[in-house]
Amino acid sequence: MALVTGAVSIGVLLTGCTPGAGDDSSQEAVTQEDIDTAMTTPTKLTFWTWVPDIENEVKLFEEKYPDIDVTVENVGQGLPHYQKLRSAIEAGEGAPDVTQVEYQYIPSFVLNDSLLDLTPYGADDLSGDYVDWAWNQVSPDDAVWAIPQDVGPMGNLYRQDILSQAGITEPPATWEEYAAAAKTVKDSTGSYISNLGATQAGQMIGFFWQAGVKPFAYDGKETVSVNVNSDEAKKVATYWTELIQQDLISTDVDFADQWYQGLASGKYAGWLTAAWGPIFLQGTAEGTAGAWRAAPLPQWTAGDEVSGNWGGSSDAVLASSENKIAAYELAKFINHDEESAMRLATEQFLFPPQVSVLEDPAFVDQESAFYGGQKVNQLFADISQTVDTDFQWVPYMDYVYSTYEDTIGTVITDKGDIAAALDTWQDQLVKYAEDQGFTVE
Amino acid sequence: MTHSPALTHERPASPPLPKRRTSPTKRKQRLAAYLFLLPFFVVFLTMLVVPLVYAGYLSLFQSKLIGGDVFAGLANYVRALTDSAFLGSLGRVGLFFIIQVPIMLGLALFLALALDSARARGSKAVRLLIFMPYAVPAVVATLMWGYLYGPDFGPIGQVARAVGLGTPDFLSAQSVLGSMMNIVTWEFVGYNMIIMYAALRSIPAELYEAAEIDGAGQFRLAWSIKIPAIRPAIMLTVIFSVIGSFQLFAEPSLLNSIAPAAITPAFTPNYYAYNLAFINQELNYAAAIAFLLGLVIAVVSYFVQLAGERRERVPLTEKGAES
Repeated sequence: MALVTGAVSIGVLLTGCTPGAGDDSSQEAVTQEDIDTAMTTPTKLTFWTWVPDIENEVKLFEEKYPDIDVTVENVGQGLPHYQKLRSAIEAGEGAPDVTQVEYQYIPSFVLNDSLLDLTPYGADDLSGDYVDWAWNQVSPDDAVWAIPQDVGPMGNLYRQDILSQAGITEPPATWEEYAAAAKTVKDSTGSYISNLGATQAGQMIGFFWQAGVKPFAYDGKETVSVNVNSDEAKKVATYWTELIQQDLISTDVDFADQWYQGLASGKYAGWLTAAWGPIFLQGTAEGTAGAWRAAPLPQWTAGDEVSGNWGGSSDAVLASSENKIAAYELAKFINHDEESAMRLATEQFLFPPQVSVLEDPAFVDQESAFYGGQKVNQLFADISQTVDTDFQWVPYMDYVYSTYEDTIGTVITDKGDIAAALDTWQDQLVKYAEDQGFTVE
Repeated sequence: MTHSPALTHERPASPPLPKRRTSPTKRKQRLAAYLFLLPFFVVFLTMLVVPLVYAGYLSLFQSKLIGGDVFAGLANYVRALTDSAFLGSLGRVGLFFIIQVPIMLGLALFLALALDSARARGSKAVRLLIFMPYAVPAVVATLMWGYLYGPDFGPIGQVARAVGLGTPDFLSAQSVLGSMMNIVTWEFVGYNMIIMYAALRSIPAELYEAAEIDGAGQFRLAWSIKIPAIRPAIMLTVIFSVIGSFQLFAEPSLLNSIAPAAITPAFTPNYYAYNLAFINQELNYAAAIAFLLGLVIAVVSYFVQLAGERRERVPLTEKGAES
């Protein structure tokens, strides 16, 4: 495949101009002996992540490898994190050994050769231990750029009490049913069946993902493809446009005061969200405990079982790390060691990509009182199997998100035509890519 | 400051000064002066001049994600001058300046005069209360206003609904600039008021006595004595406001989390430069935008000052004609 040769040659090309990054060791496989030596040599590692209390899992690592001393630093969540990371990489010093990276941002760090290809360190062997689509996110070609930490396969959280008040006993199975249910719910209870975050690109891209839209692609080198205004994408956009224009879906900005109030007050009878949503909601709408249920996303074709993903992240090793082996072992341990992975899932409530956890009764058999005793983890574990495995990103997602706010967000707020706005968005994304020197296909 | 023409005429043309040799003590003193100034100049050079020159240097390049840095001459500036987003943001802050600053400074002046007239009871407490918003960090202020503006749960919206006015939308794309003017006015009226008030306190009391003997009332006093006397202070607040409005950053960047659809990435020039540098990763273009913004501020400040000075000169000539 062209993708593969592209990724290999960029590695070779860039070693010349970035000293220290991607040195000779990147080609040859690391032996067990090398690993043993590295893990018994006193070493200091820095780990940038915003996962709360990850020190607990790091402690497990340090207990196993007493010679390795890990410093965990939280330099910000999301954008500020990447800004500091980029500055440190640019400056050539101060970058951590291991860093948290959300899946969609991996290409932007592959682009400038900042990440270490983990294949020679044995990461290839781990591929079967993670759900396929999550592994494809960290390893879109031969190289492995990170170890998956958590994922957000999408489902439908809904207020059973409000829906049954409107005479709906089963969660809508198709999008068509969902639209009909939206009308019934709005007419009989006054609630919106759910809210579409006006500026939430992650949610919309998750819907695209489910609908089989492939808006982005990147060959790991200089070629991107942007296709946010394809017919499939416009089908999704038109669906939401119609619901919004009939005032059946609200468009409050999510994760803002107005929206929190809406979830707690029953203004929205549901939330189409990701696997991290159930726990989040529990903290946000405490007063409505027991009234919520979880279901898969409505489907485009009756009988299908397809979902998309929204969110989640991975841990990557920076090519500039001086202790590559130890750094890789840390990234691997945190997200692969059974105890560590289990604790991430049950204490930090990160939804696991690890097959071992997804099959562990201690995780999937948990009954959640907030969801009326439903086994929510089991449901999302099943959904996770249905996520399309072939979804890619472009190496400039910051720009993609910020222009989404500008082009799509304003249109959603004004109840305009989202499908038409996709054309504007497409033009801007292509123009940016061309200005930045990419070849756009 | 201004010499009357008569005086300059009387003075004989002074011969060119002979070159004087500085005495050793003088030279020593001068050296000491330079030594005392040295720390300032070191900091000034390293922290201001060097970064400024560097930013100017950066603005002459184009950095691409593919291909790296290329010397581009003035291409970034040409792009900025034809960039509708940048020009739009300048227009927006220009509008902000024209509408918000007169309201804010008028209010500040009124409050300062009211406090100074000592008519208001408990003026110390009032002074503090008006000044307090300035002490509230912009972050907290914006979050607080975000709550007040909230359509469903915000008190303003609730009251408006209760009275039957419907829900006002303070955070739509059309109204957010006005909402921001309100926040900024609330924040800075006290600050400007304090500057004017301090200037008012330094007016010699004799002037008031003289005016009272002439039979001037409070309004006449304010209009003919107080306001002209604190003109330099008012000019200062105007210049501060020019800089403040054109550099608006904290408010849009914070309101963006509450009303992301209304606050576009190029809402104000400063916010645009920030987004260019850190979201679009177009650092060089951001540097060019920042330079142009600095230029615009300098030009506007200059004209504002010029207008102020001209107005100051007018009464003087009138007086000259009377006498």
